[in-house]
Amino acid sequence: MNPLPASAKLRLENQVAVVTGGTRGIGEGIVRRFFEEGARVVFSGRSRERGKAIQDELGKDVAFFPADAMSPSDTQALMDFAAEKFGKLDCVVNNAGWGGEGGPIAGFSVEGFDQSIALLLRGPFLGIKYALSHMQSGTIINIASVASLAGGYSTHAYTAAKFGLVGLTKSVALELAERGIRVNAICPGGTATAIFSRLYPDLPLEWIERTPEIVAPWIAAGTPLGRSGFPVDIANAALWLASSESSFVTGHALVVDGGLTVGRTWSRMLDSYDRLRERLQSAMRGNQVTEGEENK
Amino acid sequence: MDYSGNSKKIRLAGVVAVVTGGSRGIGAGIVRRFVQEGAQVAFSDLLEEKGKALEEELGKNVAFYRADSMSPSDIESLMNFAVEHFGKLDCVVNNAGAGGEGGPIEKISVEGFDRTIALLLRGPFLGIKYAVPHMQSGSIINIASVAGLAGGYASHPYTAAKFGVIGLTKSAALELAERGIRVNAICPGGIATAIFAAAVPDLPEELVERTPEIVEPWISERYPIGRSGFPADIANAALWLASSESSFVTGHALAVDGGITAGRRWSEQNQSYERLRERFRSAMAQTPTVS
Repeated sequence: MNPLPASAKLRLENQVAVVTGGTRGIGEGIVRRFFEEGARVVFSGRSRERGKAIQDELGKDVAFFPADAMSPSDTQALMDFAAEKFGKLDCVVNNAGWGGEGGPIAGFSVEGFDQSIALLLRGPFLGIKYALSHMQSGTIINIASVASLAGGYSTHAYTAAKFGLVGLTKSVALELAERGIRVNAICPGGTATAIFSRLYPDLPLEWIERTPEIVAPWIAAGTPLGRSGFPVDIANAALWLASSESSFVTGHALVVDGGLTVGRTWSRMLDSYDRLRERLQSAMRGNQVTEGEENK
Repeated sequence: MDYSGNSKKIRLAGVVAVVTGGSRGIGAGIVRRFVQEGAQVAFSDLLEEKGKALEEELGKNVAFYRADSMSPSDIESLMNFAVEHFGKLDCVVNNAGAGGEGGPIEKISVEGFDRTIALLLRGPFLGIKYAVPHMQSGSIINIASVAGLAGGYASHPYTAAKFGVIGLTKSAALELAERGIRVNAICPGGIATAIFAAAVPDLPEELVERTPEIVEPWISERYPIGRSGFPADIANAALWLASSESSFVTGHALAVDGGITAGRRWSEQNQSYERLRERFRSAMAQTPTVS
């Protein structure tokens, strides 16, 4: 048995997928890429206007369903809607997310912490829980983060929730492996989307829309590969995980971060050793001077 | 910027790749998959007969080159050969491997340890070192293992070497990121290939050939996903890492392991808790109830 797919055909043909938070950013990128590869897609989001516009643009194989990823009943209704509309369910992408409250832990509000956990950890739990009754086999993809792998990339609550999400991914992967459902996570690094607009509270909508182009060069400067990530990078990873090409992959946290979490960049390492060399050289010079002075 | 591959076209069109250890198993799977997707492939191995046969089968876009992955001069000439033959080099898959000497650590010979490190860690180092001068950009893929992520999956030297190759992957990824070359590892778990033939010393060649079918059910039983992995699974991962679809991925260790490193199996976990419940029940049964 050699499950070689013929790549001459579309890679998600006959698949029905749900993407939460699909009205912009990474979610929108996944909706578009899945649609391009032949999937029928139901996506949720809070921005009805953008949701409707994307649905109109992409046509009858794509449907927008307004749902709050923090609400159990909304999420259940979303999964039921997808199964009714397209007849089945093969793939769920738990993507809905935002930055949430930041700042020092002592000043962090309990409500802000609860909100982040509710959206970023409880949300995917709901997505999995309510999708399963409709799934015979298939794949679940949780959009985690580099903040799932190390501290220092996001807020305390976001980091805690995203670590938790990778744990949930592995735990559920082991249960569902026995039912033929694969569960994986993707850990995006710097990806140019409007999620960064939270840094400026009450940013006007026009500037939220323009956030990706503002943040892209800032991300590129801090990323070993020297460019920013884009929603299509994450969409291509989700496509691979949703397709039969990854049918032996489950419980994995796939990092798509331009090398961000790999370690210190090469040039910073070289700079750092240069400074060390300078210190050693100046210490040696200092020694010689001292010796010379002693000789006087 | 749009890097989405239109999947109606082949995904490695115009790519020249080198695959070490390509005569059988995972390596042969990668050679076949890459050719299917339009790449030109030079592959090495010590198994000359099988290499020649695969070359003949796949035609002019594939060239076999006999090379020992433990030899610096062989690997240097392999890379030179690929560039002379196909005009450039975009992708290297450091795949050549063998099981290595097993057993308790005090019994492992120093020579056996050295050989495993030489093949599995120094080999990929050589593959990167001699490929990079020919590469303008592109992708390097090191075939590591689940034994690169945790102990208990292979021999001591194999485990040490595979952890090492993940370290090398990350270290080289950071240097080469600045030159536009991506470096990633794949960590296969439970792939039905002849590598397991090493479990029985001096297995007759006929049974070495049949090893994949013999080990497959043994793997299936033990893996969470309930099936064995096949060379095509690793080849599909390598295809993704070689293609522009993963152009923001570097320094990553991609596990393709049917969930084995995700943790203890669900049914095992349940059985273990059931045994604990039994202990409670029997402890309670032995304690006389105070009336």
